Amino acid sequence: MTYVPHTDADRAEMLAAIGVERVEDLFHDVPTACRFPELKLPEPLSEMEIMAELQAMSEENLDVNHFTSFLGAGAYNHYVPRIVDHVISRSEFYTAYTPYQPEISQGTLQSIFEYQSMICALTGMEVANASHYDGATSTAEAVIMALNVARGKRKRVILSPLIHPEYRAVIRTYTQGMGLDIVGDDDPASTMDDLTALLDDNTACLIVQSPNFFGQIEDLAGLADRVHAARAMLVVVADPISLGLLKPPGDHGADIVVGEGQALGNGLNFGGPYLGFFACREKDVRKSAGRLVGQTVDAEGRRGFVLTLSTREQHIRRERATSNICTNQALCALATAVHLAALGKTGLRKLAELCYHKAHYAANRIAALDGYQVAMEGLFFKEFVVRCPAPVKAINDFLLEEWGIIGGYDLARDYPGLQNHMLLCVTEVIRREEIDALVEALAEAAREVTP
Amino acid sequence: MKADFGVRCAGAEPVIYELSKAGRIATTLPALDVPKADLPPAAWLRDELDLPEVSELDLMRHYVRLSQLNWAIDVGFYPLGSCTMKYNPKVNEAAARLPGFAATHPYQDPHIVQGNLMLMYTLQDMLKEVGGFAGVTLQPAAGAHGELTGVLIMRAYHVDRGEPQRTRVIVPDSAHGTNPATTSMAGMEVIEVPSDVRGNIDLEALEAVCGETVCGLMLTNPNTLGLFEEQLVEVIGRIHACGGLVYGDGANFNALMGIAKPGDLGFDVMHFNLHKTFSTPHGGGGPGAGAVGASEALAPFLPGPIVQLCRCGDAACDCGCDREEVEEDALCFHLVMPEKSIGRVKAFYGNFGVLVRAYTYIRMLGAPGLREVSEMAVLNANYLKSQVRDIFAISHERTHMHEFVAKGIVPEAPDVHALDIAKRLIDYGFHPPTNYFPLIVPEALMIEPTETESRETLDAFADALRSIRDEALTDPEVLHEAPHSAPVRRLDEVRAARQPIFRWQGE
Repeated sequence: MTYVPHTDADRAEMLAAIGVERVEDLFHDVPTACRFPELKLPEPLSEMEIMAELQAMSEENLDVNHFTSFLGAGAYNHYVPRIVDHVISRSEFYTAYTPYQPEISQGTLQSIFEYQSMICALTGMEVANASHYDGATSTAEAVIMALNVARGKRKRVILSPLIHPEYRAVIRTYTQGMGLDIVGDDDPASTMDDLTALLDDNTACLIVQSPNFFGQIEDLAGLADRVHAARAMLVVVADPISLGLLKPPGDHGADIVVGEGQALGNGLNFGGPYLGFFACREKDVRKSAGRLVGQTVDAEGRRGFVLTLSTREQHIRRERATSNICTNQALCALATAVHLAALGKTGLRKLAELCYHKAHYAANRIAALDGYQVAMEGLFFKEFVVRCPAPVKAINDFLLEEWGIIGGYDLARDYPGLQNHMLLCVTEVIRREEIDALVEALAEAAREVTP
Repeated sequence: MKADFGVRCAGAEPVIYELSKAGRIATTLPALDVPKADLPPAAWLRDELDLPEVSELDLMRHYVRLSQLNWAIDVGFYPLGSCTMKYNPKVNEAAARLPGFAATHPYQDPHIVQGNLMLMYTLQDMLKEVGGFAGVTLQPAAGAHGELTGVLIMRAYHVDRGEPQRTRVIVPDSAHGTNPATTSMAGMEVIEVPSDVRGNIDLEALEAVCGETVCGLMLTNPNTLGLFEEQLVEVIGRIHACGGLVYGDGANFNALMGIAKPGDLGFDVMHFNLHKTFSTPHGGGGPGAGAVGASEALAPFLPGPIVQLCRCGDAACDCGCDREEVEEDALCFHLVMPEKSIGRVKAFYGNFGVLVRAYTYIRMLGAPGLREVSEMAVLNANYLKSQVRDIFAISHERTHMHEFVAKGIVPEAPDVHALDIAKRLIDYGFHPPTNYFPLIVPEALMIEPTETESRETLDAFADALRSIRDEALTDPEVLHEAPHSAPVRRLDEVRAARQPIFRWQGE
């Protein structure tokens, strides 16, 4: 099955119309020595067979529907209302291309405009694009934008050590040819004062994440003033669910707000597809990357929407473009928009509070256990760090084997000084009984697992 | 055959904020089942959140109505050149939504996501085989992301060999805009080379820029004119002779499956557009997936992690399984960073949901199916060209691959432009071809029919072009004002850019 509709008669007539005898004759430009290689691939399967194979393969995994999971660390298990999948499964949305012909793409364009509007409201910013590949790449593009705003004259980038480690890695990958001076993230104990002490007249931007990788809400008050005093930009990596509760980074004076939008409307999907959101100030928009939808009118004066400021983009500006981004994550952004609209003004606040209260309940109970310490200084949102009496790997193995619980993230993976430290995440999908079970399981692990 | 949007869309759909009424909500949340904790101090909390408030029915109707304003492959023919708008098999969607795949967290230990890793490993292997490469990473999220990956790999290779001065990347003038944009983004310099009269790279011009500062060449083959480089062996030979590398832009790989392996042809590194060639949907602009294949020499530089097969008994294995319980020779999949990796290009491992779809497609088609896809894509393009060439001139009179470029010029009607023809096609019930690209063809109409379209559809499209050409002679105004039957008329793009409105700001 190749989804090709041609009958044998069609093929023959089409070849005749072209004026060749055989299909092979169409490939005479291909070097003979390389033409028609054998492909060693598995035998073709029918639809029924491939679904059976995939069903079996998928069942080789343990999934979070069957095993309570306390993993977060940048990918979050939130409930996605059913309506989201219904909307994004509309053929008219998911089998369309990038909306280059606005007259027959108003559905995509208007839905992106609405997404932009909602992201602006959420972040407290003036312009949002749609979209980047994920939180990591939107953060890297924020760095590039800050370099462009500084017209390439500033080379220092200050990173909080509590930005997601993979985001920091992606920033370094993206900019490896640019000769930057990336500083600030070598010591996880660095404070905001330590970071701002690094500001100088070569600094393009300072980036913080709030809630940070350890789940703590950073104190952003006054930070923008200090960054702006050095004529640098403040970039904040935010969790969109937390913004249902917390003061938006825009109100704190951030110049660029980015983050991972997956938690809104998109499932875990083993790490992708997700979407990076990206919001900035209108004065800087021409230095920004990615696709923007703007409102305009048609020839009869009716409201309509188009891709705009494309002169920043690769298909017009080529080597002088602000980024090379083309295909991004439009359908994921649509899912985010539908989820945001479904939650609305009150729903997102309630959702954020559910996460907050449940995470605090879990943290308080774990803090009371012998052998465990919870880092309780400062405020946290839905994730928190627990110091365990044994290596995290051993605790997690015990939780899974004895209790069917997928435990937290092992912080020693990224922070060698944090052996035995686990990052736990609690969202609205976790029920009180499941938290209680985790607490009991951890208590048992403290007794059973040798340090 | 004319499109009729009028019945479905009596009027414009309000912006969702205009449907909002305080107190409505379209979702339910569980009751709080734990004691409340103290919220952060008021100064840390937001007091205003301007999101719409709608009922679930309002929400569904809103998006269904919006969807009806869109063209899509499932609605009709979409011959957008270089975009490979082929049918997206529905089985792919079901596969990606299997809960065992969809409900897995990227940080689960490898031993409890062996199904995911096996799928990724097999897909890596299948792409290596189809492309003729030694290594594949599935991490890049889109074609342009794969390009950035590829250019960074070429740079890293030269730096590793002690040749950091190789900072110039040669890009033909027919290239996609992403090629030069990627080069700049990677901190490299773009050198453009012209095409010759037959649509190939001008060899003399290429020779003139070859040298010891050349990092490599970015080459789309078949190129954006739909032509296979006739002197490909010479082109690649010259780049390699000066110490450079050759990057393949795989946007047009739909013409080559089972026809030629880019690795055999001499390409050192290439991205695959899984959302073009391997039938995963475009989603209105993503998500895609831009897997990258590399030769033996470049594979150690691939971004990761990538999936490897290992023996659980081996010391290097860190899949997380319990060594005391597994058999000595048990195999498992785990995630590794290639030895000299350029680093991560995104968080986690790639657009996994897209990878499942591409895997499904390749497994269903197998080797004979993939070759048939490319053969029929090329047959369709050449057949359609044979029906169009007496209506509009074709950029180059050669055998084409999967697409061709017509010139949207009617000599007797000089006021009619490719844009008018494109917009008028909408009234005839077709998505327009790619317009004004490649830049080297005047009034370009770049047409890629793909293999999933029937002869009847291609004939109807050619008939529409013929009618439009005739209208250009008799009634050019109808073209200038087209489209007439779309949900909106031509939109004022200048106003959108000069008086920008990026978000809803109240009625």
